[in-house]
Amino acid sequence: MSLVSTVLLGAALAQNIFFYIIATIMVIAALRVVTSNNIVHAALYLVVVLAGVAAQFVLLGAEFVGVTQVLVYIGAVIVLFLFGIMLTRAKVGAEDRLNHENRVPAIMTGLLLLAVMAYSVIDYAEGQEIAVLGDVQPTTVEQVSDAVFSTYIVAFEAISVLLLAALIGAIVVARKE
Amino acid sequence: MYLVQFLLLSSILFCIGVYGVLARRNAVLVLMSIELILNAVNINLIAFGAFNRNPEAALNAAVSGEVFALFIIAVAAAEVGVGLAMVLTIYRNRKSIDLHEVDLLKG
Repeated sequence: MSLVSTVLLGAALAQNIFFYIIATIMVIAALRVVTSNNIVHAALYLVVVLAGVAAQFVLLGAEFVGVTQVLVYIGAVIVLFLFGIMLTRAKVGAEDRLNHENRVPAIMTGLLLLAVMAYSVIDYAEGQEIAVLGDVQPTTVEQVSDAVFSTYIVAFEAISVLLLAALIGAIVVARKE
Repeated sequence: MYLVQFLLLSSILFCIGVYGVLARRNAVLVLMSIELILNAVNINLIAFGAFNRNPEAALNAAVSGEVFALFIIAVAAAEVGVGLAMVLTIYRNRKSIDLHEVDLLKG
């Protein structure tokens, strides 16, 4: 076995190990987001999930999206959530009125959906490998910007107008009379 | 790495998000669960893009997946902004963001 293929095998193993470590942390944190009795803790666990998603993007060779994820979600959306929590909450600490009284149907729905999706996903994608090693290059920012400003220019302009509309709408809705 | 790893992770996150939307009665926590769902979809898009990576084609599938994920991030940011503005208005009018008490349209 040549040195290059040994190194590639080691890198593939490292990728898998990192994937499972990050995935485990993400799932645990996501469960805490939906079960925590402290709403600020839920927001902070959401940070862990979002950072894990960014790490998975980098693992898949999508560095630009990973950086955007950190900037937009962890930088802006979480701060917005914390503002929302502080503006709508009187007391600090754990609360007992965050959950529905009857949670069994919700658990059943989640598990049933997971069973159906896991079955179909495994049935479809069993054994299909993602090539991210060797001579496969990750996408560059240049390629992404080329695609955004040529193929997807109409969608990009629509998103721009949508963001402007959301900005104005949020100000109008939240403004005091 | 296998495609199925990422698809399963994304399915698990999606279902946790669905559970959160159904089981929570605080409006801000429901919005957080919606963020979980949107991020699960983003993992799917990037994973399928990397799976169909084709550097020779005029439009690389990996690039398309990333552009779609960027659009979803933008829409999610807009959604959170408007959603939290609505939550603030509900709180100002009713002194509570308990979704059980938002029942003006109930007959």
